[in-house]
Amino acid sequence: MPEIFEASVRHVDGVSVIDLKGEMNAVAEQALTAAYHQASRDSSKSVLLNFRETTYINSTGIALIVAILAQARKMRQRVLVCGLGEHYRHIFQITRLADFMSLHDDEASAVAEATSAA
Amino acid sequence: MSTILRAVSQLFRREQDAPSHVAAKAGSSLALADPVEIAPNDPLVAYFQSSVGAVDIDILSLDSPGLQALRGAGIKLVVPLVSQGELIGLLNLGVRLSDQDYSSDDRRLLENLAGHVAPAVQVAQLVRRQEAEARRRERFEQELRVAQIIQQSFLPRESPNLPGWRIAAHYGPAREVGGDFYDFIPLDDGRLGLVIGDVTDKGVPAALVMSATRSILRAAARGSSSPGDVLRRANELLCPDIPRNMFATCLFAVLDPFTGRLGYANAGHNLPYMRTSSGVLELRATGMPLGLMPGMAYEEREIVIGSGDSVLFHSDGLAEAHNGAGDMFGFPRLMGIVGGCAPGTDVINVLMAEMTGFVGGGREQEDDVTLVTLAREAAAETSSARDVGNEVLAAFTVASKPGNERIAIDRVAASVQPLDLSTGRLERLKTAVGEAAMNAMEHGNHYQPELPVSIRVRASRTQVSVEVTDHGGDQEIQEPQAPDLDAKLAGEQSPRGWGFLLMKSMVDDVRRTSDGKLHTIELVLHRGGDDDA
Repeated sequence: MPEIFEASVRHVDGVSVIDLKGEMNAVAEQALTAAYHQASRDSSKSVLLNFRETTYINSTGIALIVAILAQARKMRQRVLVCGLGEHYRHIFQITRLADFMSLHDDEASAVAEATSAA
Repeated sequence: MSTILRAVSQLFRREQDAPSHVAAKAGSSLALADPVEIAPNDPLVAYFQSSVGAVDIDILSLDSPGLQALRGAGIKLVVPLVSQGELIGLLNLGVRLSDQDYSSDDRRLLENLAGHVAPAVQVAQLVRRQEAEARRRERFEQELRVAQIIQQSFLPRESPNLPGWRIAAHYGPAREVGGDFYDFIPLDDGRLGLVIGDVTDKGVPAALVMSATRSILRAAARGSSSPGDVLRRANELLCPDIPRNMFATCLFAVLDPFTGRLGYANAGHNLPYMRTSSGVLELRATGMPLGLMPGMAYEEREIVIGSGDSVLFHSDGLAEAHNGAGDMFGFPRLMGIVGGCAPGTDVINVLMAEMTGFVGGGREQEDDVTLVTLAREAAAETSSARDVGNEVLAAFTVASKPGNERIAIDRVAASVQPLDLSTGRLERLKTAVGEAAMNAMEHGNHYQPELPVSIRVRASRTQVSVEVTDHGGDQEIQEPQAPDLDAKLAGEQSPRGWGFLLMKSMVDDVRRTSDGKLHTIELVLHRGGDDDA
């Protein structure tokens, strides 16, 4: 069973949006880390993780998000999240990730919050 | 002693020490002389054997190449060295230094000398032969040890543990190790590959071909789900490299533990016997042994092993064992014993006891004996939980390989489909199963592909239960430390360590048990109640 994960970066209104596509597990580490570094090079104050096309997140994927969040806090970046389904929203609450990242249904509302706070 | 200054002594070798005799030497003060070749069938040998005392070569009349050779070498007098009626050498003397003939005193002295030398030489020859035999035996024993190490290091250390199945194996090597082998190959989709085979020849050559065949079959089995195709590919790979006059018989089968379907193909190996409630069947499929010729096709068959049925795979060491009267154990007897075993019987124990009784104690085992049994538990044994209303929805294994938790998730999800769980509950169950499977593969089985993770899904009217079993039963069960996100973000804890929290949060109960060998996590999800995610 192929394990495919892609992470790409784009910029919307000064917000670095990382689109996460596929299965977020151990295989995702390299692509996610590279995408975050690319997003951070642009001195963005806000990073938006877009999970709209993420099909699976396991505990290793959660650990990768924790690592990104820890780095972002050092860089004084704000991390926002959009596109999570009901199930993974629940997981973000259980793990308390939701206490440190604001969760949004869609990209537009996340970008709006990021730009209004800037 | 001036009379024998130009003498040479000549020792005959035994026939197995060919060439015929040779080794001419003189005493420490004498020059070495060229050896004289005398063939064992030369009439001169018989003449010397029966002669009494010294023989004058010049007056001897015999049609003998050896005699001509002695004359050519200047030998005048020969004193045969005979001990216990066996000619073991010659004392050859040339012309006397004074050019006079050998006197009767000379002859008596030489004959007296020969009478003492012959037994001493014979003892020396005997010691040398015994030393050579001891060296040969030590080399043979060393080869046996090497063959045993090669063979046994490639046999599975334990049989797979599949819920609802009893799988057992017996390998009894003969003293001179044969080429028997068997193997269990966990496949990525939860099915189990099973191999039994026999390489021609014995000792190190058989063990080496066996190890190569096993590796080739393992590689072929991971690349195809068709038993016939696996044997075809293995044959193509073996043919160019297998030594001449060697080949391997082999049966390859694939078991789906959930459905009981057994697909198989046979490369000239003994037919397995399947015992059912209505009798014993031979599982036939045609195919040439591996390594004989390329381009072979292998017939593929499939049967379903029902509850209480069992299959015996066997090498020919049992059926072809002989008793003291020279009678063979035989396939009909073997088949009859299998048919007489009730469900749940340890067939291997029964067969080994029958073989010992037939062959008789104290007789050395002629060939390797390999037996593998595959028994599906009878419905009553399948699950004690069934008695209290639980139904087994699925039972399967997955190989311990990173990413294979997705196979576990998909198969569990498919098995609970008839229960119509809400989307939220199904997602929670899938996440918990994924974490439990990952935990089992990584921490229980340390990602050793030969150690599968067994998964059983059961459902009752009120709950779904998923048991995930690994081989880490010898590890102490410890409640994992609760992850602290603040500490992780501050770099005081590893970012990892979320698995057990996820499991506990996703389902209604998580139970952990261990029997010292196997470790099981049971995930319990209620079928009704709040659906919070």
